[in-house]
Amino acid sequence: MKKTYKIEVDCANCARKMEEATKKVEGVADATVSFMTQKMSVEFEEGAEEKAVMDKVVKACKKVEDDCEIYL
Amino acid sequence: MTRKQKKVLWRIIAVFLLLVIVSFLPTDRLSESCILVLYLIPYLIIGYDILRKAVLGILHGEVFDENFLMAVATVGAMLLRDYREGVAVMLFYQIGELFQSVAVGKSRRNISALMDIRPDYANREAQDGTLIQADPEDVAVGSVILVRPGEKVPIDGIVVEGNSTLNTSALTGESLPREVTVGQEIISGCVNLSGVLRIRTTKEFGESTVSRILDLVENSSMKKAKAENFISKFAHYYTPAVCYSALALAVLPPVLNLVMGNSADFSNWVVRALTFLVISCPCALVISIPLSFFGGIGGASSQGILVKGANYLEALAKTRYVVFDKTGTLTKGVFQVTKVCPEKGVSQEQLLKYAAYAESFSNHPISKSLREAYGKEPDHTLISDTKEISGHGVITKVQDVEVAAGNRRLMEQLGITVDLPDISGTVVYVAVDDSYMGYLLIADVVKEQSESAVKALKKAGIRKTVMLTGDSKQVAEAVAKQLGVDEVRSELMPEDKVIQVELLLARKQKNEVLVFVGDGINDAPVLSRSDVGIAMGALGSDAAIEAADVVLMDDNPLKIAQAIGISRKCLRIVYENIVFALGVKGICLILGALGKAGMWLAIFADVGVMVIAVLNAIRCLKVDNVQNRNDF
Repeated sequence: MKKTYKIEVDCANCARKMEEATKKVEGVADATVSFMTQKMSVEFEEGAEEKAVMDKVVKACKKVEDDCEIYL
Repeated sequence: MTRKQKKVLWRIIAVFLLLVIVSFLPTDRLSESCILVLYLIPYLIIGYDILRKAVLGILHGEVFDENFLMAVATVGAMLLRDYREGVAVMLFYQIGELFQSVAVGKSRRNISALMDIRPDYANREAQDGTLIQADPEDVAVGSVILVRPGEKVPIDGIVVEGNSTLNTSALTGESLPREVTVGQEIISGCVNLSGVLRIRTTKEFGESTVSRILDLVENSSMKKAKAENFISKFAHYYTPAVCYSALALAVLPPVLNLVMGNSADFSNWVVRALTFLVISCPCALVISIPLSFFGGIGGASSQGILVKGANYLEALAKTRYVVFDKTGTLTKGVFQVTKVCPEKGVSQEQLLKYAAYAESFSNHPISKSLREAYGKEPDHTLISDTKEISGHGVITKVQDVEVAAGNRRLMEQLGITVDLPDISGTVVYVAVDDSYMGYLLIADVVKEQSESAVKALKKAGIRKTVMLTGDSKQVAEAVAKQLGVDEVRSELMPEDKVIQVELLLARKQKNEVLVFVGDGINDAPVLSRSDVGIAMGALGSDAAIEAADVVLMDDNPLKIAQAIGISRKCLRIVYENIVFALGVKGICLILGALGKAGMWLAIFADVGVMVIAVLNAIRCLKVDNVQNRNDF
């Protein structure tokens, strides 16, 4: 399953960091963060619970870039 | 400017003024701690968020980022009592960041505006005749909506009332207006120019052309180019490497000095290490490269070329082989019956009638032209048991007789030998109850731009152009010769086209790219099998938009060379930025390590290089001159 979320992030490097952090979250098969369109697309692993995974993703992203926003 | 950016701007102005005032104070009469406090105030005003992020980063184990670099560099400068320099470095870093954020934000909005064809509302008529503006998403299939002049068509549909001209330039890049009248299909995203139109919607908003295109464009930056991935990987190793080098620079030479018995000269080496850190920030690359690709994709879409991902834009530049489908790509795909040749004892009218009946259920352009030539609508109740044999033709029952219409192979299957007429065009043979009735000649017209399109590709360094077609050898070779295409493969079934493309793929070098161009009808498998699949004339054809990597909204084959041109320009800018940024940084890093570069050069190497790279990246957006170069 693949889903796209709107995000708010200020710099390209921060977007890159968010992408790396999201990829490491359990239940995420792959992730891309586009600074240009301010969007994040997450591919979930088979059987992963979207909400639980996204909560973890938000936490992971806040950790690397405190100034970011993910609209679930 | 956003609120955040304005806040930063005020901080910059305030700190700049403070810095000027403090500089004029008679500092030699003040105590050391008093001066420190005087400088700490502007320092904290301008740098509190950077310091906070740096501390948070360390707490979270994300040590090596630019906040950390700036914090270490400026705190280091303060500790070394270079107060003014410490504040100034932070000030200039913030100015650079602000500029970058404004410039990137502006170009981001510019590009998005290019691609923004989203309609805001749909007009519905209430029973008393007043207009209600509804959200397009709430309009059900089959409702009638009203589009006034100057408004965008929000949803795909069929015109039920009114005549008008439409501007399709937002979709196709083509500025010539299109005429529409009652009964015609109309595509969302066009702008109504002259008359009021009433439209019966045939799709939901989410399924309409405009939504599909928006979706495609918005997701295009999700597919990253190799160059982008390279920078991500590069940054991953680069930042820690630079930090360790800086640490080594700060510690090793002084220790060596001590061992050699000289004075350690700690502060000198620490300053050099800090300069080194400021220079090293990879921002210029991390920002400018995605921005370049985004700009290229945005610019291309303004020309009616939709590229589905940065990876495809990147691949297009390396195109060496272009494989065309003939019908609908190089030719107009508008077939006309040009000759009717019945056998003895059969009238022309009869032959046309059988052919039209046999092909009455097919949407193939050839079938349409047969029905057009017949002039009457076939009576569907007389037709049964229609069998379409792919690559051969159709066999069907009309009343009590079995009619077969198709190419020579179909006739051979039925045991009929026919003479090959010595003319170029598509020949449809007709047999009734296995006895031969005659043939019809149907010719397709070559597009005006096809010849110059092939020439433009040759000029762009394409090694080989190949044309694939299901048509007869004669027709194919005549068209190929006219257009100057290098190779032709004719009489192919749809699945043969995949095999031919696979053969070509196997022969080419690894870093060469094979592009297949088709019109999206029947060639979805080939589109996805080739390195880059280009679908053209895709307005309204969902299958083509789905299967292709690049979608040409109109059917001008010159756009192929233009797409390659845009891709090359974009890639050239990306490489320019990589070489420029790494080059300048490399030189400055060496100068910094040798103690030849001060903080000011360091700031240039960081912020200046980034600004120049961003400005260069924005050039990707300008693509109209690429077109002119390819016009003949």
